[in-house]
Amino acid sequence: MMQFKIVFLWTDIALWGLMAVLCLYVLRIRAQATLRATWVRVLRDPVALSASVVMGLFLALTLLDSVHYRTALPANSEGAVFYESRTNSLLDKLLARQIAMRETSYSEPLSYRGFNKENLAAEGDVVRRDYPRLQFGGAHLKNPTQDWIGDVLGRAGQGLALGLLASALLAALMAAALARSHGGWVQALRDVLADRTHYPLRAVLLTLTVIALLSGPVVMLMGHYHVFGTDRTGNDVLYQALKSIRTAFVIGALSTLATLPLALGLGVLAGYFKGWVDELIQYLYTLLTSVPNVLLIAACVLMVQVFLDKNPAAFETGAERSDLKMFLLCLILGLTGWAGLCRLVRGETLKLRELDYVQAATAFGVSHLRIMQRHIVPNVMHLVLITVVLSFSELILYEAVLTYVGVGVDPTMTSFGGMINLARSEMSRDPVVWWSFAAAFGFMVTLVLAANLFADGVRDAFDPRARNLRPHVLKKK
Amino acid sequence: MIQYIIRRLGYGLLILIGVNLFTFFLFFSVNTPDDMARLNIGGKRVTQEQIERWKSERGYDKPIYWDEKQEGAKKLTHTVLWERSVSLMLLDFGRSDARQAVNIGHEVKTRMGVSLQLAVPLFLLQVIISVSFALFLVFFRNSRIDFWGVVLCVLMLSISSLFYIIVGQYFFSRVLRLVPINGYAPGLDAFKFLALPVMLSLLSRLGGEARLYRAMFLEEVGRDYVRTARAKGLSEQVVLFRHVLRNALIPIITSAGSYLPYVFLGSLVFESFFGIPGLGAFVIEAITGQDFAIVRTMVFLGAVLYIASNALIDVAYTWVDPRVRLS
Repeated sequence: MMQFKIVFLWTDIALWGLMAVLCLYVLRIRAQATLRATWVRVLRDPVALSASVVMGLFLALTLLDSVHYRTALPANSEGAVFYESRTNSLLDKLLARQIAMRETSYSEPLSYRGFNKENLAAEGDVVRRDYPRLQFGGAHLKNPTQDWIGDVLGRAGQGLALGLLASALLAALMAAALARSHGGWVQALRDVLADRTHYPLRAVLLTLTVIALLSGPVVMLMGHYHVFGTDRTGNDVLYQALKSIRTAFVIGALSTLATLPLALGLGVLAGYFKGWVDELIQYLYTLLTSVPNVLLIAACVLMVQVFLDKNPAAFETGAERSDLKMFLLCLILGLTGWAGLCRLVRGETLKLRELDYVQAATAFGVSHLRIMQRHIVPNVMHLVLITVVLSFSELILYEAVLTYVGVGVDPTMTSFGGMINLARSEMSRDPVVWWSFAAAFGFMVTLVLAANLFADGVRDAFDPRARNLRPHVLKKK
Repeated sequence: MIQYIIRRLGYGLLILIGVNLFTFFLFFSVNTPDDMARLNIGGKRVTQEQIERWKSERGYDKPIYWDEKQEGAKKLTHTVLWERSVSLMLLDFGRSDARQAVNIGHEVKTRMGVSLQLAVPLFLLQVIISVSFALFLVFFRNSRIDFWGVVLCVLMLSISSLFYIIVGQYFFSRVLRLVPINGYAPGLDAFKFLALPVMLSLLSRLGGEARLYRAMFLEEVGRDYVRTARAKGLSEQVVLFRHVLRNALIPIITSAGSYLPYVFLGSLVFESFFGIPGLGAFVIEAITGQDFAIVRTMVFLGAVLYIASNALIDVAYTWVDPRVRLS
């Protein structure tokens, strides 16, 4: 049996902690009627529900990529066990073939030959200059010039068929689940397709069908080809794009989370106590906002870099080191980004503290701490929630910029920012190397767009004023 | 009024002192001047002698925060912190740590001119275009145009500005060959170098800005005075331009004003991508070269500009809304 040891990286712990908090929040939603009603409103919005399905899929990939382990090397003569220096995740295990399919350099998507001409030794002494065959991509083709197009189309067709099948299966599942409440599964299926269900299941079905139709061919092809090509060192771009999702998710989620303690705590304190406490806290956040953000982050990241360089012995593997760097980056983003939310919370608390029920609580001699805990914090939570979901997508975009400036995640860690950064020089080659850029673009836009749409849905549900801003087409009678 | 200005200045000064202490602490909490010297001299074998010389040339050979050896007030003044802070407050930025030949004050002056050439047109166009697009959407509210316009906005704000730059550079410079890929030339030639960055920067911000302004306008459209104006029989154009736009000016100024410091500081990403020698590119060089003197100067300048633009925003409020008084 293969031995392995589980590695707990900092961001893994934080992510799973976050999941636990999310579960607790779901329990809380179930217990509170008003909260439940608001979330039902979010989920009844077809766009928000579809976006949350996409987010859910990305989250699943992230979580798969957040269980890390190192396998043991074959035991040596003394029986001592050593572990591989490479840290793998469950996602790596799933995509083991993509990692193994490493070529020597660039190759176009779905190609069977390299991108650059090389000197090939032919029979005899003649040296031919031609595109080399790839070691893995399309290696099963005997006569590539003839078979290639048929093979690719055949596999893609199979993938599409599989995708359709999955989608049909999903529709059947939905119908079966709704069969009781809708009177028979045929009626249920009709209702789903005509969008007459409590939750807009048709939108979910549509979203998942599109995803299935897109990912079907990719899954069928990726064992034999590089669906998104390979990068300069021959790594599969699809694999890199999938790995970047975790980086984006971690930055987006953990950084927003890191702003919360300061923003919420100081905001409530400032609004509740007013006076010199308020003055001090206002001074602090004015100070913070008056420094250009990138410079502040850059200064902090440089500090972290110096610290990491001074203590190289503290980390067993490179993965641990780059992970800690990302974790600290999230903390820095959190510590430098709390001013906006803090201002909002302060303003809301100023209003809340004058309300009758808070005054009544004060008159009854309830302690300050308890008033803040029971009466103020729950009533500013909607602001917090809206800000959290809105800043998630902003931070994902910000990561790309920071990585470009050179203060983002570690270069050894795949991220969208890193991919774009490399794409910059690739796009100026001739002929142009566009696939890494296109892959990063596709995945990043999907993720950010889903996050934005979900955030809009949440804001509409939690902020009654925002609902009027939603564009809707008035039907003419 | 005078009291207001004095209070404003005093608070600004307090913030500047805070920013200065903060950056100092941030930088020297892990770094020591020795580290900086080693990094800047470079090379594997750096002798202590070289480090000492590097430090004394740049005035880092004193204690950082507090000098025990000196007498009285000199304990405080004979330090790196004091000397650097005082010169910064007097707007004497000194020289770069990495390259002694670079006079930061001079550099900032020339580079700011370049940055302004990029940023002023950008700022004006951005406000005009975003506001007009938002007004256009509001004019067609509750119709398909508004719906798809908002969809477009959300899509545009979901795309990283880096994508706009790379695609734009590829398309306009390499395929169409309309403008040079990057670089800069002074005078009228600057136009052909600056046209593309301005356009791409506009595009990359249009989605978010237009959506924000649309929300502000819609907020105003729901008000009673708008209904009254309509009841008087005013046309939709007059209602939008004379009433809604004027009343939405305050939030527009707040939001556009927050960009003001960056008008002077330049855009980090756009300047370095297009090779425009402005302040943004200067900052990136300083960050990658760990040039503390430059980073500190830029942080300080950023804070000054932030305070100044906030004061400007307040003045602008009184200008668009006579009810607002500065006090």
